[in-house]
Amino acid sequence: MLSIDKIKNGLVIDHIKAGQGIRIFNWLGLGKAPYNVAFVVNATSEHLGRKDIIKIDNEISIDFAVLGLIDPNITVNVIENEKITEKIRLRLPERVEGVLKCRNPRCVTSTETYVPQVFHLVNENAGLYRCEYCDETRNAEDFR
Amino acid sequence: MLKGRHLVEPRDFSVAEIEELFKLAERIAAEPGKWKEACRGNVLATLFFEPSTRTRLSFEAAMLRLGGACLGFAEPGSSSASKGESLADTVRTVACYADAIAMRNPKEGAALLATRFSEVPVINAGDGGHHHPTQTLTDLMTIRALKGGYSGLTVGFCGDLKFGRTVHSLAKGLSRYSGNKIVFVSPEELRIPEYITRDALKKEGIEYREEERLEHVIGELDVLYMTRVQKERFFNEEDYVRLKDSYILDAEKMKLAKKDMIVLHPLPRVNEISMEVDSDPRAAYFKQAKYGMYVRMALLASILGVA
Repeated sequence: MLSIDKIKNGLVIDHIKAGQGIRIFNWLGLGKAPYNVAFVVNATSEHLGRKDIIKIDNEISIDFAVLGLIDPNITVNVIENEKITEKIRLRLPERVEGVLKCRNPRCVTSTETYVPQVFHLVNENAGLYRCEYCDETRNAEDFR
Repeated sequence: MLKGRHLVEPRDFSVAEIEELFKLAERIAAEPGKWKEACRGNVLATLFFEPSTRTRLSFEAAMLRLGGACLGFAEPGSSSASKGESLADTVRTVACYADAIAMRNPKEGAALLATRFSEVPVINAGDGGHHHPTQTLTDLMTIRALKGGYSGLTVGFCGDLKFGRTVHSLAKGLSRYSGNKIVFVSPEELRIPEYITRDALKKEGIEYREEERLEHVIGELDVLYMTRVQKERFFNEEDYVRLKDSYILDAEKMKLAKKDMIVLHPLPRVNEISMEVDSDPRAAYFKQAKYGMYVRMALLASILGVA
């Protein structure tokens, strides 16, 4: 049995789809973190079969909209004094700015690249997002 | 109140606001002389990054008939866009010279982007294959004027329903009014996209069906909206030869239509309506162009706050 020390104050990013953890680990730049980080891959999970977990022993700020886009099934536990004080269940964000890129070559954002690309959720079940400018849809899966 | 508002897509205005706009357009059409000084001292910039004779002239005629002035360009080659200027900078600069901007741009979403950088109202005069709201207002205004309203009508769309943005916008526009039925007549290759039928019509509970031959359905229509079918849109020559005549409106097909049906077309037409139909009193496409100018006059007067 793998044993990892409890964290004092920080975050536990749990229920990450197995294999996706490395993306989140890299996105958060945890490879160069000056504090303790535990990255567990392929942990046993009742719900998912296998999952990845990231434990961060530091209070860091995370853009939950982007995290939700990467994997909407993630749970984030906020730890204070070794106790869970808050459980944040992620979902697909209603609005995403500067993360997804429109693939429609006729979209104005393909030439006017200085404007932030904004997408709005149109179908949560299908994970569909609509480009604010040209209405072309993209699947959140494309981001993963 | 439409003063200072942008118009990017038809749904930017409520049904009640559109109704007010049409009433104003009717007042202007009835007594145009009363409005010839309404916009004196105002300047409309017509920024056409894509050639369009009809829409640009309609906007300029509307502004001139209101006593205002126009400036702008008719093709990107004569604008600073050809030097690599961003759309944002062009719009910001022009907004210093003009009181309103009418813009056509081949890029989808260009008008929305322009609104983010303009201190004066922006009217979308067409953004690629996306929106063309003043054409939709023109079409609705024509139907309202000639049919007494836009509810409880059977409207047929015929031709290229896949790529025709005017068809998409008008179908969506009609879905805001109750009791309309829509019949889409097109070859298989040019069927109306699902996002119109599934997302707009089904959601609003609008009854519609799809057919392949105009002569089979023309007798039940109150309004026939024609568009051009281009040969190059067909996948094979055989289908084109089999179906091409079905999408050409001629005197023979008009015999099958109701006595009070009206024929609309966003123009320019090529050969999809035979010239012999022009003299039929049901041919309303040139009246439609006139209504287009009046509705643009009403729009300019409203957003400039002089109505």
